[in-house]
Amino acid sequence: MNNWQNFSKGFFKENAVFVLLLGMCPTLGVTSSAINGMGMGLATTFVLIMSNLVISLVSNQIPDKVKIPSFIVIIASFVTMVDLVMAGFVPALHEQLGVFIPLIVVNCIVLGRAEAFASKNKIIPSIIDGAGMGLGFAMALTILGSVRELLGSGKVFGISIFNENYGMLVFVLAPGAFLALGYLIAIINRLRKA
Amino acid sequence: MEYILIIISAIFVNNVVLAQFLGICPFLGVSKKISTAVGMTGAVTFVMILATIVTYLIQKFVLDAFGIGFMQTITFILIIAALVQLVEIILKKVSPPLYQALGVFLPLITTNCAILGVAIMTIQKDYNLLEAVVFSGATAIGFGLALVLFAGIREHLDLIDLPKGMKGTPAALIVAGLLAMAFMGFSGIV
Repeated sequence: MNNWQNFSKGFFKENAVFVLLLGMCPTLGVTSSAINGMGMGLATTFVLIMSNLVISLVSNQIPDKVKIPSFIVIIASFVTMVDLVMAGFVPALHEQLGVFIPLIVVNCIVLGRAEAFASKNKIIPSIIDGAGMGLGFAMALTILGSVRELLGSGKVFGISIFNENYGMLVFVLAPGAFLALGYLIAIINRLRKA
Repeated sequence: MEYILIIISAIFVNNVVLAQFLGICPFLGVSKKISTAVGMTGAVTFVMILATIVTYLIQKFVLDAFGIGFMQTITFILIIAALVQLVEIILKKVSPPLYQALGVFLPLITTNCAILGVAIMTIQKDYNLLEAVVFSGATAIGFGLALVLFAGIREHLDLIDLPKGMKGTPAALIVAGLLAMAFMGFSGIV
């Protein structure tokens, strides 16, 4: 498998959100606007790439019995890093994402890739795999965030598309997250089968 | 009065699944039958209260005492993972019937973000220990309520003839959206 296939696998074919249905909590929780979705997606991407990198390097040294706990510690270290960096440099976004940043640590995608890919592969493929999966996740969150922001308040990335008064507020609130994601997945299912 | 407010807020107004989006994986994963939903709720309630108490004490007496609050994420996730293992081993020895009922759900709970989420939120909201216990218990009940309601609807959903692309998860998500809309009706209470 060449590098491009390896990358595009995570980005399109096995997209974490739309196809594998992993990492649903942040997907639904933070996508009230496009910028929040993108911020969360990129934070997760960073954690994915770094944890894949480190795990592919050390996984030969770790005994099988303590594999999962060690992976969790490695992932949690990078999550803590992201948490502190975001609190320092983008406090407004950090405030918005709130509890979902520490919760990257229990995101099934990160531990899933560590266990299924990085622990069995060399460093370069692991980084590419992490980048593909992470950016696929970020793309999905950005799309969902844009759709919700557009339908909810008539804006995308804060740029006004139509008058805010015509927006359906429900799409920015909790039910809209479920509805928007449900219809998006339905459309993608339809397209994949056609 | 304060405790009643915490309970109502955690169960209905800020429902952990439908308003805060924590624990979506088990919400979508084990909600095909009411009986499994009830089992999962039992396991989550048990672990959530226990985990909140332990993480609370660790936060107050270790992390805060030594000024290493930034270690919160790492410490909490390890405590929860260890606790789940411990509960599993103890249950197996002490109460086989309970283990039979909850056993299969316990390993799934480590990656249930509601547990870690509630542990962190308890610290953020600056509750005392009793409030923390009440809050985590009520959150678990809220989780159970959403899960059982959703499982009841999904049992009927299987019988309906849906368009091809809508079958399975999309339909479930839309039903969850309608349920979340219904729960929004509680938003004025507290």
